[in-house]
Amino acid sequence: MRWHKIYGLSLRHFYLIKSSFPRLIDLIYWPTIQIFLWGFISKFFTLSSSYYSNTVGIILTAAILYDFLFRSSISYNMMFLEEIWSRNFTNLFIAPLKISEIITALTLTAIFRTLIGLVPAAFLAIPLFGVSVFKLGIPLIFLLLSLYIFGVTLGLLVTAGLIRFGPSFENIAWASLFFLAPLGCIYYPIEILPDWLQTISKILPLVHIFEEMRNILINDAINYYTIFKGVIISLLYFTAGVTIFYISYSGARERGTLINMGE
Amino acid sequence: MKIEVNNLKKNFRNVEAVKNISFKIQKNQTMGLLGPNGCGKTTSIGMMLGLIKPTSGNILIDNKDINKSDKNFLLEKINFASPYVELPKKLTVRQNLEIYGRLYGVVNLIERIEEIVENLNINSYLDKKTGELSSGQKNRVSLAKSLINKPKLLFLDEPTASLDPDVGDFVRNYIEDYKKKNELTILLASHNMSEVERLCDNVIMMKEGKIVDRGTCKELIDKHGRGNLEDTFLKIARSKNEMA
Repeated sequence: MRWHKIYGLSLRHFYLIKSSFPRLIDLIYWPTIQIFLWGFISKFFTLSSSYYSNTVGIILTAAILYDFLFRSSISYNMMFLEEIWSRNFTNLFIAPLKISEIITALTLTAIFRTLIGLVPAAFLAIPLFGVSVFKLGIPLIFLLLSLYIFGVTLGLLVTAGLIRFGPSFENIAWASLFFLAPLGCIYYPIEILPDWLQTISKILPLVHIFEEMRNILINDAINYYTIFKGVIISLLYFTAGVTIFYISYSGARERGTLINMGE
Repeated sequence: MKIEVNNLKKNFRNVEAVKNISFKIQKNQTMGLLGPNGCGKTTSIGMMLGLIKPTSGNILIDNKDINKSDKNFLLEKINFASPYVELPKKLTVRQNLEIYGRLYGVVNLIERIEEIVENLNINSYLDKKTGELSSGQKNRVSLAKSLINKPKLLFLDEPTASLDPDVGDFVRNYIEDYKKKNELTILLASHNMSEVERLCDNVIMMKEGKIVDRGTCKELIDKHGRGNLEDTFLKIARSKNEMA
């Protein structure tokens, strides 16, 4: 792993964000809208639901964490799509870069894109709705870590599809997270799902992350076993994602899709 | 750097894109790769750059198989320019050159950028966004990117396509001049026959995935009894069952 190359690749995305004010606004706009939308829904539920009556802001905290996952994944996808849209793909893949360096650069850069959008939104929620995601305390670090690893994994899987099948796979990039959201039990407890779906959803890290988030906020207790289960499952998915990316790259070389890939 | 291509084949499912081609390019030679659209030139270049995996055969660059040895070690000394491959449009020329300089591990990068910018006469738009440049300016920037790492082997895919005669001439002069001063092997794919006659030591003619003729421009012109390479190209492209 050569860090100066990873830095070079990351620099391309920093320059891109720096050079475009609308792009920067776009990064901040959607998380802020999410906070407003879920803030008001959360406020309504808090006032009207006995389940949430004593725990202000569970839904809003879930929305912030889910948005963190969503932004992580989309950031990863977007950085890859930028290369396709700018017809820079071939230049990138003939540069002396290892696949591991490309993955590392995208993974590290995605966190900055994600935080640019989410940090202002998370702070905005404090004065506007009296909800602070930071109330989760130290476990928040592990929950975010787990979400980030899983978000990047979803990004990896989508980019693997883009490499393998070309730009036509782009629509899947946007749909991927919406497909998993119902199974992730983000806004409701796992018991809401039918038994067979509960079994499936338990193999996703999201259930463990959001169940633990609710446990901390409702019961004021921390279950580190659940937290680390989420991290470990995320890491397992990440390992699978990296493997699939390598397989896709090999398939793309076989099919010749790495050359002249563009819009 | 020298290239040796041995019995190279590429099949895309049932389509044979490249059919058992072999050739050598000696160190510091410029080889022209000619042929009608869809004859397998881009696929061949893709295989030589390590972007496409050959179905069979091998590509030796300085006696190292690009598909078996450390590909990145070879790629550090290789580069590529094509009008069909662009640089990020929202970034300035300077930013693009800096990024690619870093990716290629160029030492004294600032000095290298200054040198190449001066030589290619792109100072006036160095801080302009690449997407705002004219096609002639983009072409020069693409050439600058392809030379940022002082390559020993350069693949040029139609480097003067869609350029006006003046800019086209500038690019050809620059390549000629650069090659005189630097150790550089070039594989040039082009549909501009006067460009090929001017720049290339040898030429390979491809058709339907096969090499159908090869030699120096003069040898091919004489062999086919035509007055120039363009007519020779047309004769070969329109003929049937002609093999080298």
